Amino acid sequence: MSYIPISDQDKKEMLARIGVNSFEDLFSSIPENVRLKKDLKLPSPMPEMEVLDYFAKTGKQNTFSNYLHFLGGGAYEHFIPAVVDYLSSRSEFVTPYTPYQPEISQGTLQVIFEFQTLICQLTGLDIANASLYDGATGAAEAVLMGYRIKNRKRLLVASNLNPQYREVIYTYTKNLGLEVVEIPYDKSGRIDKGGLASSLNGETSVLLCQSPNYFGVIEDVQSLAELVHNQGALLAVVISEPVSLGILEAPGKLGADIVTGEAQSFGLPLSFGGPFLGFMACKKEFVRQMPGRIAGQTIDVDGRRGFVLTLSTREQHIRREKATSNICTNQAHCALRATIYLETLGREGLKKLAWLNLQKAAYAAEQLSSIPGVSRKFSGPVFNEFVLEFPERWEKINQKLQEKGILGGLALGPHYAGLENSALITVTEVSDKEKIDTYVRALKEVLS
Amino acid sequence: MYPENLYYTKDHEWLKVAGEEAIIGITDFAQKQLGDIIYVDLPQAGKVLEAHQAVASVESVKSVSDVFSPVAGEVIAVNEALSQTPDVINKDPHGEGWIVKIRIKNKEELKNLMKAIDYEKYLEGLEH
Repeated sequence: MSYIPISDQDKKEMLARIGVNSFEDLFSSIPENVRLKKDLKLPSPMPEMEVLDYFAKTGKQNTFSNYLHFLGGGAYEHFIPAVVDYLSSRSEFVTPYTPYQPEISQGTLQVIFEFQTLICQLTGLDIANASLYDGATGAAEAVLMGYRIKNRKRLLVASNLNPQYREVIYTYTKNLGLEVVEIPYDKSGRIDKGGLASSLNGETSVLLCQSPNYFGVIEDVQSLAELVHNQGALLAVVISEPVSLGILEAPGKLGADIVTGEAQSFGLPLSFGGPFLGFMACKKEFVRQMPGRIAGQTIDVDGRRGFVLTLSTREQHIRREKATSNICTNQAHCALRATIYLETLGREGLKKLAWLNLQKAAYAAEQLSSIPGVSRKFSGPVFNEFVLEFPERWEKINQKLQEKGILGGLALGPHYAGLENSALITVTEVSDKEKIDTYVRALKEVLS
Repeated sequence: MYPENLYYTKDHEWLKVAGEEAIIGITDFAQKQLGDIIYVDLPQAGKVLEAHQAVASVESVKSVSDVFSPVAGEVIAVNEALSQTPDVINKDPHGEGWIVKIRIKNKEELKNLMKAIDYEKYLEGLEH
């Protein structure tokens, strides 16, 4: 699709064609008294040179890159191969919006179809949608989907689910008259089975858990699925670090009914927090209750392969207030980047990447927890994140580490009573041994 | 062409009464308007209905329509065959394509429905 500028002459001709005198006449249906009669408060126009200068200066306010960092908790720094930027910035992909006659954009639909296929393979489920806004809204959609399927008002949410995801779930469910119950965690950092058993009953639609969870601990998805299914409820699993799926069994194969999460790890830069990329997959029998759009493969009248948007009748433009969700779009460009990233790595590449993450995190956890006064908070198995407990409040240690140019971990105290002295530390493939050793030395100095 | 032993509604449902029970479907006109039917969302038996309450929904490729119960009652059976072969509604809308069976609450309500001859006139009105 080419970039077509619009001239004053073009505008005149377009207005003349539809029989309107001026641009303002197009807004005649908006009452006079609510129209803005002055210009918007915007800075005056700048020449290109000044614009570039302005953005360069603004960019320098971000001092993040000056720090050595070990942060994660839902947003992960991974290496992005140059091919992802190159292919995803081709104009064929950058300029088109998913049009209202979507079948005209066969390339866009093919990318979505490939993205869905990859998500199905990673999650071990039958059907994936074209993507959602992010992991947090995906988690909320999964809970609502569980309610649509089971029609029981009790929804269980793991307390070791990302706190920001939980906030979004509360926002989405606030006015629906549903009962959201948080399930405690145990000493291993996993969902407390006793706590789950006491809240899980025949009025429960769904249990939503995260694995690896917010403490980095891998949940026992299989036994959670059994417990939940015994009560006729569904298990929804959130994956916020999908690189883990390169090495962990797909949740769908362990009994999860719905798997949703965040795919930022797949080729999307952190970019001050967005845009991110939600995904969702489910068993085939639940497809009509799944939110969002789905690209399907079919054949045209001449028997050639083609792609369509399918099952659109669940969406707002057809079903209106009875639609499965208020989402009426997808994160097409982010999904494109994730697709290119995954297809570049391939099955073996993703597995190797997952191994690198696991091994580096294991090395860092071993080194850091051998420092006197530092210990592992939870005993459960981890992937590339783990929680350490320190002799004093994490904020104090964090401040001293920052003075040494290190962002050493995420504070857990603000979200969890009793974890004021603990922090979540993340180690991906971008942290080499030298960086990890630098952190270990700095922490020793801070604590001595 | 519309069978004389059925009652009809302005929303294009038909109702076939047998004693205190009745089966409900959509008319030939309705199935033609919808096009190829690909899915029918069926209710659970036991569902209690007011007159004009949505009892099922019928989906074609690019649209979806609610099916309203012509009279008040209770769902006692659904046409399970539709979950595998929803296109039966296209092929035989007034027979094999029935959607739900209900127990009628008050047979007086049948007086509010149209007979075949009235429904055909109603359709003629729609076409002009």
